[in-house]
Amino acid sequence: MPKRVGMEVSIGASEAVRLANVDAIAAYPITPQTHIVEHLSEFVANGELDAEFIPVESEHSAMSVCCGTSAAGARTFTCTSSQGLALMTEIVFIASAMQLPIVMILANRSLSGPLSIWNDHTDVMLVRDCGWIQAFGENGQEIFDLTLAAFKIAEDHRVVLPFMVNMDGFILSHVIEPIEILDQETVDKFLPPFKPVYRLDPDNPVTMGAFAMPDLYTETKKYQDERLKASLPVIEEIWKEYGDLTGRYYHPVETYKAEGAKTLFITMGSFGETASTAVDTMREEGEAVGLCKIRLWRPFPYEAFWNAMKGVENLIVIDRATSYGGPGGPVASEIRSALYTMENPPKVVDFIAGLAGRDVAPGDYKAMYKRAQERIASGDIAGYEIYGVRE
Amino acid sequence: MKPVDQMTWKDLNIGCVITEAGNAAQYKSGDWRSMRPVWDKDRCIQCGVCYIYCPDAAIYKTEDNYFEADLYYCKGCGICVKECITGAIRLVEEEE
Ligand code: SF4
Ligand code: SF4
Repeated sequence: MPKRVGMEVSIGASEAVRLANVDAIAAYPITPQTHIVEHLSEFVANGELDAEFIPVESEHSAMSVCCGTSAAGARTFTCTSSQGLALMTEIVFIASAMQLPIVMILANRSLSGPLSIWNDHTDVMLVRDCGWIQAFGENGQEIFDLTLAAFKIAEDHRVVLPFMVNMDGFILSHVIEPIEILDQETVDKFLPPFKPVYRLDPDNPVTMGAFAMPDLYTETKKYQDERLKASLPVIEEIWKEYGDLTGRYYHPVETYKAEGAKTLFITMGSFGETASTAVDTMREEGEAVGLCKIRLWRPFPYEAFWNAMKGVENLIVIDRATSYGGPGGPVASEIRSALYTMENPPKVVDFIAGLAGRDVAPGDYKAMYKRAQERIASGDIAGYEIYGVRE
Repeated sequence: MKPVDQMTWKDLNIGCVITEAGNAAQYKSGDWRSMRPVWDKDRCIQCGVCYIYCPDAAIYKTEDNYFEADLYYCKGCGICVKECITGAIRLVEEEE
């Protein structure tokens, strides 16, 4: 049994990358992702990881280099946050269209302006439609596990897609937690060497990233969409395999105390931890409340989501990004649309909370629960409310 | 490989990779042409400038050492006309 060691979550994340024995890392430091790349560059400098560490002059270059190394057949990792993701966005979309199985940790941070380095999900929502597999971890152990499994999923020949592991900045990245680090032997059994389907090889020339005229572009998009959707059963299969190996099982949608719950909170990422504490207290107080955590954001796990919604009357969605002038936060919009075809769907109350590092404590969940009950009772559940804003 | 306008999404490779090297040669850029270059041998000094400048490498050398455009590729851009120092090439409207 490997032992749990107290370490900063960023260090745990870099341990997963080291154990995955990546061949290439290209990254540009940005708060709060910095400790991950710093630690990885130390591994490479100390000879603990036999990889090319390519320091670049921007995130646009980081993702461009990653596309190149991945296309050449190298297991490739990068990580970024916020403005860095915004700068590399052009190439993020290209990586998925070219089906380059890059693994990226996104240390979630709000987008400017105003300039802020703190945590929310505005950065990941910028690239919601980028075609990457996008998953959220709730604590340090999950980040370690999801990152290791991400390589296997991304490189599986039934998938071959880039994988983004979302990790809340500061709340996770800078916090010391007990993390169980697997040994190399176990990892090697789980994660085979990267065997690309196609790679840049002078002896077998191929064209990657070709131009598509209007007579083919639509087919390429359909293909990309089908590939991403088809990754879902493989993700489940590999997470199951990882669970059999470690005892830690991951699912696209996870619930906590959902049995008999009339109302469920919906969270993504580290907010799930606080929400479960809040659920514990409210349950003790006799409220029929539970929690539903969306772990896999893309491809969206509709079946698992619908299953989790059976018998639920109300949903309280905690969004961590705003869609200015739109129908609600991105998560609630998605949830409402997913519920549209369901018979007797639960009512949805959307709160935008925890923007740019503003704390959402267990008491705040209780307050949102109360407010949601009021709104449901009054029949006013349209749109969204920015929780805790000073009026 | 099927012609591009008959391919379905299921015919695409992972990452839309093209596995056949050099198959861009099958692409008929000549379809874009509304004007075609014609050569006047009396003015041509066989310098080869047109041959070098054609962006589609559509100009070839004839057996008698003059030059002509391969109309499968020539897109009628007129660069050869502009670059020819003796004015030996002119563009004429495509009839059809
Ligand atoms: S018109 Fe343009 S494409 Fe045609 S031969 Fe001249 S330079 Fe080449
Ligand atoms: S550039 Fe003009 S003169 Fe020179 S080879 Fe071409 S047609 Fe003849």
